Amino acid sequence: MGARLNAETSAARLVGRLSRAVGRGGGTTLPGKLLWKVDPGALDALAARLPAGVAVVSATNGKTTTSAMLARILGRRYRLAWNNSGANLASGVASTLLSATDADLGLLEVDEFALPEVMRRVNPRVVSLGNLFRDQLDRYGELEHIAERWRVAVGALPPASTLVVNADDPLVADLANGRSGALRFGVDDPRLARPALQHAADSKYCVRCGQPYDYAVAYVGHLGDYRCPSCGHSRPPLDIAARAIDLQALDASVFDLVTPAGTVRVRLPLPGLYNVYNALAAASSALALDASLDEIAAGLGTFTAAFGRFERIDAGDRRILMLLIKNPAGANEAIRTLEEGGVPETLVIALNDRIADGRDVSWIWDVDFEPLLERVGKIVASGERAAELALRFTYAGFPRDRLEVIPELREALDRGLALVPAGGELGVLPTYTAMLELRKIAVARGLVRPYWEEVS
Amino acid sequence: MKITVAHLYPDYLNIYADRGNIAVFARRAVLRGHTLEVTPVEPGDSLEPWAFDLLYVGGGQDREQALIAPDLAARGDDLRRAVDAGTALLAVCGGYQLLGRGYRGRDGSWMQGAGLFPLETIAGERRLIGDVLVEADLGEGFTTMVAGFENHAGRTLLDPGATAFGSVLAGHGNDGSSGFEGCRVGAAIGTYLHGPLLPRNPELADWLLSRALEHGGGDGDLEPLGDELERLAHAVSSGRAKARGGK
Repeated sequence: MGARLNAETSAARLVGRLSRAVGRGGGTTLPGKLLWKVDPGALDALAARLPAGVAVVSATNGKTTTSAMLARILGRRYRLAWNNSGANLASGVASTLLSATDADLGLLEVDEFALPEVMRRVNPRVVSLGNLFRDQLDRYGELEHIAERWRVAVGALPPASTLVVNADDPLVADLANGRSGALRFGVDDPRLARPALQHAADSKYCVRCGQPYDYAVAYVGHLGDYRCPSCGHSRPPLDIAARAIDLQALDASVFDLVTPAGTVRVRLPLPGLYNVYNALAAASSALALDASLDEIAAGLGTFTAAFGRFERIDAGDRRILMLLIKNPAGANEAIRTLEEGGVPETLVIALNDRIADGRDVSWIWDVDFEPLLERVGKIVASGERAAELALRFTYAGFPRDRLEVIPELREALDRGLALVPAGGELGVLPTYTAMLELRKIAVARGLVRPYWEEVS
Repeated sequence: MKITVAHLYPDYLNIYADRGNIAVFARRAVLRGHTLEVTPVEPGDSLEPWAFDLLYVGGGQDREQALIAPDLAARGDDLRRAVDAGTALLAVCGGYQLLGRGYRGRDGSWMQGAGLFPLETIAGERRLIGDVLVEADLGEGFTTMVAGFENHAGRTLLDPGATAFGSVLAGHGNDGSSGFEGCRVGAAIGTYLHGPLLPRNPELADWLLSRALEHGGGDGDLEPLGDELERLAHAVSSGRAKARGGK
């Protein structure tokens, strides 16, 4: 009892200190984790002191990139309280708001599961919902459950808040049904259609009546132009669209950004149609925050990828091209990017199964690795579950003698680099914690700067 | 020989990488000079399951499972007839539940199953999630250690006298308390284990392939493969389960 009482009083003292810090807005780096634990209500107060309000970004895939794009667009107009370290749970949000004492605008990337709680507390000016894909079922549960939680959160959103949704994702688009002032974005360029829905496509059945959708066009996973042949539920009209898209291999994606405020040609220096979706989410949110089209085009045009998502690293006389893979939809897009830009002769593919990666590794069987396996020369399978990856590849028919299994990441990276001739490029596809570890190795060798020095 | 497989509802039930299990059947058959012919069966399709050597039913999300449940339930008699005649079957997670008598939801609702396995499933409060290690007993003295991953809210209760697929060495299994995992009727296996199940459990894959070959009139003998990577993956996965402990 004595110890517990002691702990409570010291916690209370700490809360007092924290609350004082909140009240007077003095600089503090005290962790929001504890604040969140002992007084979740402090988050409301922290958000309320931001004069330009709070923008919230969530999605299964692309929330880090979308919020980074938004930061690039809005960075001149506002001083940002932005959780760019990737700490996207309520505690991370609290830390960010606690430490950014002179900010005007909160820019929060929020985990899908934490979103309802954060939305309820920060009274957001804008909420951007990008997509829902199957991801880490052991942690998040099923898509429908996340969507249901989001639906409740959106229902409680004040009328003054602007809701931004991806119209191309049936489950997400439906959340804005009947909400006035909502902004719906999507891709409108049938030339970029996938020939068929991917194996891992999720929301294939009508959200209203359960019949399979007819897809006029499928762009990324189940994102596209859908219509239910039975009840007629279909993609809503787009308020913000990407048209005349020109994907320039690994260099850039150029497109017409069509908005109610006019049309502007954007040159986004990132590959992949999924990044066009991220740019649409960022542009829509920026419009809702009064940014001009010129600001949006300039911000997107000077954007650099969030670390590890798509990164080229010089390693002496060789180069490393790193693309994060974390779930079937994301991995399929990383693979599509490599297909379009040229598949490197040697790949290191790394699978970890820590909590941030998902402890259930079955998702690798939902990824369409086959286009890579047809083109790559040699694969080094790495990470704590390297053998599972190796099975994925050999059961797809990849020859055993062109596959090496090296669980230790440093060793796998060195082996991969040794297999690449001077002047060549090694492709590296890691899951989240493997990416962090590989990046740490690159930092220790002086190849890249740590991410906290790179941002903003 | 040609091994014929009916894959039930691949468009609806595919949440835990079920195509991995099919890929394992196909490759392990081809490496022994056999071929695997897979026929997808969607709701409303006509199906004579006894005409197939092997049936496969995967797992889905709640919504997809509810969409196919009436169709599956209506095939109950046909499926029993097929299994009685020696057709092999593997059902994983949702497919396993729906091949029982039915599923009682948290709200008291009842989803009718096919009644092939002598069991019922009741929704629990907490999902049972994590790595599992099971000692599977496939009859005639053949046991094999099976490593997989479970993620289910249902608590599955076997009828008295029913044969479990195996006993739980680590993890939750059917209900988190009985120590049983899955159910077996002849050469029909239902289990919660995915991962997918078969890549790292080649002995189980071969047992099912042998039963399928026998159904097709063959002797069911399969020459051994090296399975070096399979053993490696099995070791890591069962290590995860053991670290997790008894329950």
